[in-house]
Amino acid sequence: MSRSVKALAVAAVIAMAGGATMVLAQQRPAQSQRPVVQAPAPAPAKTGLGREAHPAEVAAWAIAVRPDGQGLPAGRGTVKQGEEVYQTQCAACHGEFGEGAGRWPVLAGGRGSLTGENPEKTLGSFWPYLSTTFDYVRRAMPYGNAQSLSNDEVYALTAYLLFLNDVVPETFELTRENFTTVRLPNVGGFYDDDRETTERAFWRANPCMTNCRPEPARVTGRARVIDVTPGERPAGPRVE
Amino acid sequence: MPRETATLNRRGFLAAAGLGGAGVVAGIPHASAAPPAAPDPLITDVQDWARTLGDGVQARPYGSPSQFEKHVVRRDVEWLTASRESSVNFTPLHELDGIITPSGLCFERHHGGIAEIDPAKHRLMINGLVDKPMVFTLDDLKRFPGRVNRAYFLECAANSGMEWRGAQLNGCQFTHGMVHNVWYSGIPLKSLLDEAGLKTNAKWLLAEGADSSGMTRSIPLEKALKDCLVVWTMNGEMLRPEQGYPLRLVVPGWEGNMWVKWLRRIEVGDQPWHHREETSKYTDLLADGRSRRFTFIMDAKSVVTNPSPQAPLKHKGPNVLTGLAWSGRGAIKRVDVSLDGGRNWRTARIDGPVMPLSLTRFYVDFDWSGQELMIQSRAMDETGYVQPTKDELRKVRGTNSIYHNNGIQTWLVRPNGETENVEVG
Ligand code: HEC
Repeated sequence: MSRSVKALAVAAVIAMAGGATMVLAQQRPAQSQRPVVQAPAPAPAKTGLGREAHPAEVAAWAIAVRPDGQGLPAGRGTVKQGEEVYQTQCAACHGEFGEGAGRWPVLAGGRGSLTGENPEKTLGSFWPYLSTTFDYVRRAMPYGNAQSLSNDEVYALTAYLLFLNDVVPETFELTRENFTTVRLPNVGGFYDDDRETTERAFWRANPCMTNCRPEPARVTGRARVIDVTPGERPAGPRVE
Repeated sequence: MPRETATLNRRGFLAAAGLGGAGVVAGIPHASAAPPAAPDPLITDVQDWARTLGDGVQARPYGSPSQFEKHVVRRDVEWLTASRESSVNFTPLHELDGIITPSGLCFERHHGGIAEIDPAKHRLMINGLVDKPMVFTLDDLKRFPGRVNRAYFLECAANSGMEWRGAQLNGCQFTHGMVHNVWYSGIPLKSLLDEAGLKTNAKWLLAEGADSSGMTRSIPLEKALKDCLVVWTMNGEMLRPEQGYPLRLVVPGWEGNMWVKWLRRIEVGDQPWHHREETSKYTDLLADGRSRRFTFIMDAKSVVTNPSPQAPLKHKGPNVLTGLAWSGRGAIKRVDVSLDGGRNWRTARIDGPVMPLSLTRFYVDFDWSGQELMIQSRAMDETGYVQPTKDELRKVRGTNSIYHNNGIQTWLVRPNGETENVEVG
């Protein structure tokens, strides 16, 4: 029975049987679907294992920042201050202007590249929220010396990266208070996974088994032409 | 159904695949070769290993593979990344059989190198929208009731990511080796959330690692309550350091990046965090410049591991084609194999357990007369999803998506056995 037919059938049963069935129908989702929050359900039994966290422990580890500003520490930093920290602590890998040294990640530019051959994903061209930059730099950069920056330094670096990406002027100061007023250009560029509708065609009952293409298949591309596979080649296959 | 069709004989397979022509002696028994002119000294001479004593017990207190298996290793692609500490290597799928990946061959992906953590110094914190923020030690976790044993595949969302623009890397280790399948023991994440007590507005979790990348991913609470695990063992032994020792999150069927290693914290919240690994990375850029986000599920996929570029055919006559299939939506229902580039298909024989969200092993026994083959496999899962061709995928997604390339792979086998990663049209 298809889902819609089943739903219809359930509705019909409810209509026919009245009140008693309504109760059943209300219980059913609770059993089968595991609601996200079991509202008035009795609390599960506790094992008593583990211990309550100390507030200072939570403060030390809970540094995650969200787009709405939740998790931002007190602090501030200007583009100028950020430039100083950036040149000493970041430029060696990410380049003086965020262009990326060698193969290290590019941090600036790329605006308008998303539909091209070589999309460059930076906070200016791609990232939807500024909080991601603050959170990531604070938890993971500089690479190899993570969590060594002060909160003010992270504000300043975030301001500088915004400047490098032409989002704010050179005089800008980023603070906890003005943080959520900064809008990144690609904030509207994302939508939730929709494969189950846009790729519905990939669910097919009887995939073709014989004569599935009119002509014999022919090779249209080869890995050997590009030749980027690492490792030594075997001396050449030999068939016996 | 797969079991029935799997009994198709070799003649059936090859005839339907359009290969029943001269030179293919399908299903007809071959005569064995005559004895050699001179006897084989490996048989007639007494060999060293048959005369002298070998190592005693305790020479290898935690055993490793035979010295003759040194070529069976994870490999990396040096030009892919700037630094080995934030890089990836690949499982040698063509050297393995069955469905379980040996712990030491499971591909690695780190963002800040391998954290080496003394389990006595490891802590797991649960905080955020809970009645009581809590801290657990590994000893605490091992005392929790309700321990489970489960086998799950883990696939990196970027597996086959190099192949969006066309055939690039020559070997299933490199094209498909960011997948492994492991038996885990641990406890449901739900047990820990229950212990801390979820607030009624809880909707999302943030999982965080203790390594120097401070890896974080947002996970819908619904998934966590359904089947996520917190584990400390893989394949019966403690997790390997490179797989998150001493504690890892298991997020069955969902992209590998979410299976946070060195797991140290779960924060409960009412919305996702949109952190670096779910914005800058692990979002799927489509042709129109917009991107899908939170594409957690790994779609059905398969690959023929033998023959493949690193494991060419060496003999005419009887040969065993084998490969792996998996789906993040459930169990594998069927795998079809084509030898002519997708024109004709036959259902492969599945052997071993078929478990949801686990690798599944398939075989096709065939005779090879030395003609050119274009080998493909096509997985189907229990939801009815059929693995698409690469062109079908590109039609929907363009070529910039990097992640979630589950398109059908083609291996070209030449008459000399040489096998190459190709695309067919
Ligand atoms: C030793 C080289 C190095 C230094 C120094 C360094 N980084 Fe990085 N940075 C990296 C690497 C490598 C990555 C990618 C890590 C990964 O793969 O997870 C990265 C990633 C980033 C990203 C995310 C890029 C993206 O597109 O997702 C940002 C932002 C960043 N770094 C900022 C900084 C800042 C700010 C500093 C200075 C405080 C800094 N980095 C210092 C190597 C470096």
